[in-house]
Amino acid sequence: MTDARQPALPKLHYLNADYGIKSWLLTTDHKRIAILYLLGVTFFFFVGGLFAVLVRVELLTPAGDFVQAETYNKLFTMHGVFMVFFFLIPTIPAVLGNFLVPLMIGARDLAFPRINLLSWYIYMAGGAFTILAMAAGGVDTGWTFYTPYSSTYANTHVMLTGIGVFITGFSSILTGLNFIVTIHKMRAPGLTWFRLPLFIWAHYATSLIMILGTPVVAITVLLLALERAFRIGIFDPALGGDPVLFQHLFWFYSHPAVYIMILPGMGVVNELITCFSRKKIFGYHFIAFSSVAIALLGFLVWAHHMFVAGLSVYASLVFSVLSFLVAIPSAIKVFNWTATLYKGSVSYQAPMLYAMGFIGLFTLGGLTGLFLATLAVDIHVHDTYFVVAHFHYIMVGGMVMAYMGGLHYWWPKMTGRMYPDTWARFAALVIFIGFNLTFFPQFVLGYLGMPRRYHAYPEEFQVLNVMSTAGASILGVGYLIPFFYLMYSLRYGAIAGPNPWGAKGLEWETPSPPPTENFPVTPMVTEEPYEYGAPGAAPRGHVRPQEAPGD
Amino acid sequence: MNAHAEHAGHHVVPVSTYLIIFAALIAGTLLTVGAAYYDIDFQVLGYTVPLNTTVALLIAGTKAALVVLFFMHVKYSSRLIWVFAAAGFLWLIILFTLTLADYQSRAW
Amino acid sequence: MTEHGTASAVAHQFDDLEQQREAGSLGMWLFLITEIMFFGGMFTAYAVYRYAYYNAFIEGSSHLNVPLGAANTVVLIVSSLTMALAVHAAQRGKKKAMVAWLALTIVLGGAFLGVKVVEYKDKYDHGLIPGALWNPKHEGGVAPPAEMQLFFSLYFAMTGMHALHMVIGIGIMLALMRMALRGRFSPEYYAPVEVSGLYWHFVDIVWIFLFPLLYLIGLHVVKGHG
Repeated sequence: MTDARQPALPKLHYLNADYGIKSWLLTTDHKRIAILYLLGVTFFFFVGGLFAVLVRVELLTPAGDFVQAETYNKLFTMHGVFMVFFFLIPTIPAVLGNFLVPLMIGARDLAFPRINLLSWYIYMAGGAFTILAMAAGGVDTGWTFYTPYSSTYANTHVMLTGIGVFITGFSSILTGLNFIVTIHKMRAPGLTWFRLPLFIWAHYATSLIMILGTPVVAITVLLLALERAFRIGIFDPALGGDPVLFQHLFWFYSHPAVYIMILPGMGVVNELITCFSRKKIFGYHFIAFSSVAIALLGFLVWAHHMFVAGLSVYASLVFSVLSFLVAIPSAIKVFNWTATLYKGSVSYQAPMLYAMGFIGLFTLGGLTGLFLATLAVDIHVHDTYFVVAHFHYIMVGGMVMAYMGGLHYWWPKMTGRMYPDTWARFAALVIFIGFNLTFFPQFVLGYLGMPRRYHAYPEEFQVLNVMSTAGASILGVGYLIPFFYLMYSLRYGAIAGPNPWGAKGLEWETPSPPPTENFPVTPMVTEEPYEYGAPGAAPRGHVRPQEAPGD
Repeated sequence: MNAHAEHAGHHVVPVSTYLIIFAALIAGTLLTVGAAYYDIDFQVLGYTVPLNTTVALLIAGTKAALVVLFFMHVKYSSRLIWVFAAAGFLWLIILFTLTLADYQSRAW
Repeated sequence: MTEHGTASAVAHQFDDLEQQREAGSLGMWLFLITEIMFFGGMFTAYAVYRYAYYNAFIEGSSHLNVPLGAANTVVLIVSSLTMALAVHAAQRGKKKAMVAWLALTIVLGGAFLGVKVVEYKDKYDHGLIPGALWNPKHEGGVAPPAEMQLFFSLYFAMTGMHALHMVIGIGIMLALMRMALRGRFSPEYYAPVEVSGLYWHFVDIVWIFLFPLLYLIGLHVVKGHG
């Protein structure tokens, strides 16, 4: 199917269908809303990243000499708040999910396009409140807002930040609601549940968590705000309140929230692994069911964040066992991805590099989660850098890598252009190296006893901290590089054509960029997913991305 | 009788059903108020198990079920709706149970 | 495809009216699930503190007016009936009846809120507002337990949030009435009425649980209070 002629951009597509700021701010096209979200999340990623830079600069030296302790508390809090609520939770669902869910199921749009737009406005409003809180002096409670410090004693902008987080939660809820209804009700003819791309299964499972969990953190933050405003004592020990109740209510959402962050990333990886090993996914049903299992089981483990909060050993035991169980579906996925790669026809374009990085780093991060789930070990490493390293391996080594992989993979679909792959592979490598240099030393630091959220530390930890900061600089550069070549590609990138990767999936059967209505005629699905044919066979329909002149 | 409204999923519940359910709900309200004034205890093996709260919750749960099934049409809806409606309440139970498990076991 | 002269347009992303109706219904149920969990957080806090401070909760509850609470429960149940009848009328294409039942639902909702205003004022008069205004009467010279303030914090948080949802519900009903008066609904297209009905019934269900848990605790223990 190689076209001898240079492919051209389609004449009319969703980007040029209408012009002007109003056509963007009042759009109901899921693809445009995805781009709006892309702008938002990128902005907040850099804000959160800026705070990370400041944290790591402070940690270059053992003494607390860059900023004061109170300021440092604000730095890591704002880093956490912006990264968790405004980047990690929304990004893949709101950018890639919004863009791709209707395309992948052959629909014209999501079930509720106006609610989709509303969710973006809510996201930006929540972000605005949080930026306001930051500008007004920030918050120093940690992104976890533990009481009674946050409810009674903190004199920083807890209310404003809380309002920002509360508002943004509704964005998440509306996105999840939209996805569930869309996936249930708007699949193309012939697209049964087990013919769906696993990206869809992952987003379905994620949406379940968004619906069931987010409201609890909403009410928790609201109760916290009421307590601060009116001193009503729900978490105040002086009035009989229990600060640990806050932790229960907070973590009931915030643990499943980490599955909101990682499941979409796993969904992306399924698509990348199959395409770049030209092979059907191994164990489709297992991966599909494991996504839902993670979503459901993930609600039963929250108190593993509270092992040292005063729970009895018996309660802790229950949560420890459940935490071990929730690792199983994740492990199943890793085995299946590996089996998919085995004897596949593997190529190493940038998206695949990110996918492989994900598998390795997520596995490491996930295994260290088991250490933390073990009561006897957790007593020692709780609140140390071991925990920090664990979740950064999963969040940055996992989710951000998956996002980068997905962004690169679907960039030609979204923009009609290819980015220069050499630069992309280089950036992936820089990110991988920078990431490991940043966070592996933190496992060691934590195990050696360095506490988290401290701006000063004993002398003997300096070498590892310097390594970590050096790694962070490299990582920062690594994240900046794609920003430049992706922007460059918008103007000068090679025209991609409908299916530059020769991939399977409905989204590749429409032009790049797609027309506003996605498909001129609703597709009929007769194929099983990922029908890449026998491994080693010549890839059908694979068009080598043409290099732009002068590249 | 409007035949147009009777296609799949458009079951028109007769008014008489609504009135019966309404009566049951009122009865349940009176029952729960009345029952609140009495010590409802269950004697077993020498222990007295206080049951007032359980009874109140059972009555409230029944009333809620009637509203969900009949006023909210879940009895006449697809299984998908049924599953999601049940899931919501199930998740609430999970939140209660595991949180209260901590409080019940603190002293152990 | 029958048209009854009503603006029953199928939105562009849907294939037909039936798909649109099902999507709307499912969407509303998903939203109600989020509401269950939202209120659920407060019910959890209630459960935890009632278990810990049973006597303080009994004492707090004894300050609530059971006849008013019971009357409000009846008011809401009637309003659920009128709401169901409004949906029924919409299904039958009976515009006047639908508008009448909606109006009645709104009136009943307003009555509920009126009673709540009376109750809240009563709490204010007795110094039972938690926080800076907390100043309850000392029965027999003995101050009430400090944890009674917890009871009232939860009372106001839960009934207040419930009342807020009632206000929103009344707003939705008013919007529905306006649409109905303009002839927007037909036996084919009444999904907004059905879906708003689901919301209204849900708010009723929350009160069905709030009433016994807040008003009826310990009546068998502390006899004679009302």
